[in-house]
Amino acid sequence: MINKYFAICVCLALVNTAFASPKIEQWHAENGVRTLFVAAPELPMLDIALTFDAGSGRDAELAGLSQLTHSLLNTGSGKLDADAIAEKFEDVGAQFSASVNLDQSSVSLRSLSDAKLLNQALSTFIMVLTQPSFPKKDFARLKNQALIAIKDEEQRPGDIASKAFYKAVYGDHPYSQPTLGYQDTIQKITIEDVKRFHQQYFVSENAIIAIVGGIDTEKAKQISKQIASSLTTGKKPSPIAEPKAQLPAEDIFIPYPSQQAHVYIGQLGIRRGDPDYFILYTGNHVLGGGGFTSRLMKEVRVKRGLSYSVYSYFFPMQLNGPFVLGLQTRVDQAQQAANVSLETVENFITESATKEELTLAKNNIIGGFPLRIDNNRDILGYLSLIGYYNLPLNYLNTFTDNIAMITQKDISDTFSRRLKLNNMVKIIVGGSEKE
Amino acid sequence: MKVIKITTLLLCLVASSLAYSNAANTHEKIFDNGMKVVVKEDHRAPVVISQVWYRVGSAQEHSGITGVSHVLEHMMFKGTEKYPSGTFSSTLAEIGARDNAFTGRDYTSYYQLMEKSKLEVSFELESDRMLNLILSTDDFASELEVVKEERRLRTDDNPNALVYEQLYATAFLNNPYHHPIIGWMNDLDNLTLEDLREWYKRWYTPNNATLVVVGDVRPKAVFALAEEYFAGLESRPVKASKPRSEHPQTGTRRVTVKAIAKLPYLMLGYKVPSLATAEHDWEPYALSVLAGVLDGGRSARLSKRLVREKELVASAGSGYNIYARYPTLFLFDATPAAAHSVAEVEQALYTEINDLQENLVDEKELARVKAQVIASEVYQQDSVQRQATVIGILETVGLGWQVMNEYSTRINAVTAEQIQQVARKYLVDQGLTVAKLEPLANESQVAVSPEQQKSH
Repeated sequence: MINKYFAICVCLALVNTAFASPKIEQWHAENGVRTLFVAAPELPMLDIALTFDAGSGRDAELAGLSQLTHSLLNTGSGKLDADAIAEKFEDVGAQFSASVNLDQSSVSLRSLSDAKLLNQALSTFIMVLTQPSFPKKDFARLKNQALIAIKDEEQRPGDIASKAFYKAVYGDHPYSQPTLGYQDTIQKITIEDVKRFHQQYFVSENAIIAIVGGIDTEKAKQISKQIASSLTTGKKPSPIAEPKAQLPAEDIFIPYPSQQAHVYIGQLGIRRGDPDYFILYTGNHVLGGGGFTSRLMKEVRVKRGLSYSVYSYFFPMQLNGPFVLGLQTRVDQAQQAANVSLETVENFITESATKEELTLAKNNIIGGFPLRIDNNRDILGYLSLIGYYNLPLNYLNTFTDNIAMITQKDISDTFSRRLKLNNMVKIIVGGSEKE
Repeated sequence: MKVIKITTLLLCLVASSLAYSNAANTHEKIFDNGMKVVVKEDHRAPVVISQVWYRVGSAQEHSGITGVSHVLEHMMFKGTEKYPSGTFSSTLAEIGARDNAFTGRDYTSYYQLMEKSKLEVSFELESDRMLNLILSTDDFASELEVVKEERRLRTDDNPNALVYEQLYATAFLNNPYHHPIIGWMNDLDNLTLEDLREWYKRWYTPNNATLVVVGDVRPKAVFALAEEYFAGLESRPVKASKPRSEHPQTGTRRVTVKAIAKLPYLMLGYKVPSLATAEHDWEPYALSVLAGVLDGGRSARLSKRLVREKELVASAGSGYNIYARYPTLFLFDATPAAAHSVAEVEQALYTEINDLQENLVDEKELARVKAQVIASEVYQQDSVQRQATVIGILETVGLGWQVMNEYSTRINAVTAEQIQQVARKYLVDQGLTVAKLEPLANESQVAVSPEQQKSH
């Protein structure tokens, strides 16, 4: 026992000295589903995630449909009702989850890797995923829950602001709609809508499988085959229309009886795979992505004590995602904090990062690279990302090289081309008009 | 029945091999100045986390200075003579470390997660700020405003958080869990640099700290490196806090929060012992399993019966912190479904409690709760941060890290009779506090007491 343990340690030490990225294996099932797999033999557990192009961007006029469909998956399948499904997973310590964002959905399973325990978890997972029965009672109940969840967002000024932000940036584009939907669209959804959504999007042509855990390649292939063959073939959905390149900049104030105002500033940003991605990522690290050392943090929080958190990021999706800058401050300071932030962005666009700032950002991103892939859950996330957005398989291996080559000029050229102050929307939620 | 036994057997195997490897991989050392170092090996990835835990949190605070532990945590990033303002964070940013800190009722903890060869940088910085912090007026003025913004964000504009705060303040009169970790706004308004200096001097000394390191490291090398940086730090005697035992509660307490909100909300808190304070040490494990019976996943009773079967609540939960330093609360919370009142939901929770007091939990249900606990113990190993945090908490509340190796076994040993016993003993009216939120539509309905208006 002890000898075996030491043997494992030595092997790992050899691998680790090279700071290698995890070895990604990939294959296509007979019906075409792509699987990405990383063996992680150290722990007796397994993570599986299926990613579908079935985010709330696919809701069309029925905002909230994707979310509702996903939340109904584990309420019935074949003869199993919600109780029986929950018991099948939890008897063996497995965890099922389904989540949705604007651009994609993810259905996942975490289980122990012992064959007996895993078999029960996996067969339940596949049933729930491919043959949901969408019971009427649960449909009605989850619609009511969706209405409550929407009300819950309405009592949070931060959520009100975020919704107003997406509306202002995306106009009538599908990305403008909240994932939870609206009260009236939830009311309109029928059980047939849910069934149709599942039928159309939960198909092999629209799926990517990611697997990480304590099994070998052969077993992983067997699992992916089992999942893939249970999906109907279907077809890949046609792309969503591009968002309008430039909506007029807006300055929106929404009163709310809160102590803090939530400020969102931003505009249309970039898509996944954009050639400017690494430059914008690194530049934004200096501007508002790098935590305590970022310019926004220094100007807004450290120097002026205006906000607990202040940040900026690009959110690349299949289509152009937004550039977002956010903060929260006492209501009477909202304009001041927004102005300081905008000035900081303006200075950054005109001056670029200083040489020291760029070096610091590069050292931080490159030096911190091993932290991005130090656990199964994060590796699973990267596999789904690479598969879903069709990024090169060596994405992780080349990540730090892509960062290392960036210059100050790259940043100033790209930021002045991609970010325009007079395109930015500004949303403030909180306080009354007079403040 | 046979299926349950096989599953249970498999899970027992997983649990025992986990406990074995935990015990074999974890090592400790105490330096002459009283500082303890605990190292756990995890060679899955070339990273390491280093955490420094101080035995001080909001539970050590008294009226008038509430929130001081947390404000001091913020000020710990402000600089020393060697690493003046701003350089602490930039030094760590330079090596790609993720760093932050958190304050709880029982602890203040600082951490850096980094590539393994950078561990020394973390030791250099942490050993420096343990004794050499400069507390300057300018930094304090702006950072105090940041903390007030944090309070507004997390509590004042969050109606459910207001209910949570009022529940603890009502349930505990003398027990130091009475006041919130972030402090009352009035105390923050009046906090001084002198308060912080005293607090720093009293609690920040190596004999009141534990260093926890988890990752791709060798214990011997870590001990040697830690010795270099921490063993020479001079320690001061720590004045023990006086005991602040709770005044006996004799009947149910009720509190109502009226705030701008859209949804009602309910919390119940029952006074219970923690593992550190329990007279019988099986009781806290039984309470943990009881929490699992009620809220351990979607198959658990609150989800199955209240959410799905009766459709009384949009969501409901229960929870218990077995590793609290002082006696604590066994919590319930719920958001009623539309068309149902807080009063109905409250009654439904009592019905569930009653069931646990009257009837034994069946074998299958019990096995399922235990399966999930054991699986979670495995899943937890996926994060070095989570592994280090468990060690840090156990050391800081005085239980010792070895307790983590017993956890699965102790949970596995809990019987249906024991669950019934703790339900009968602790989930009773004389230990109960009820807090509810009454949503108000707009500001004109918000009425504060005349006395409070005066003080504004």
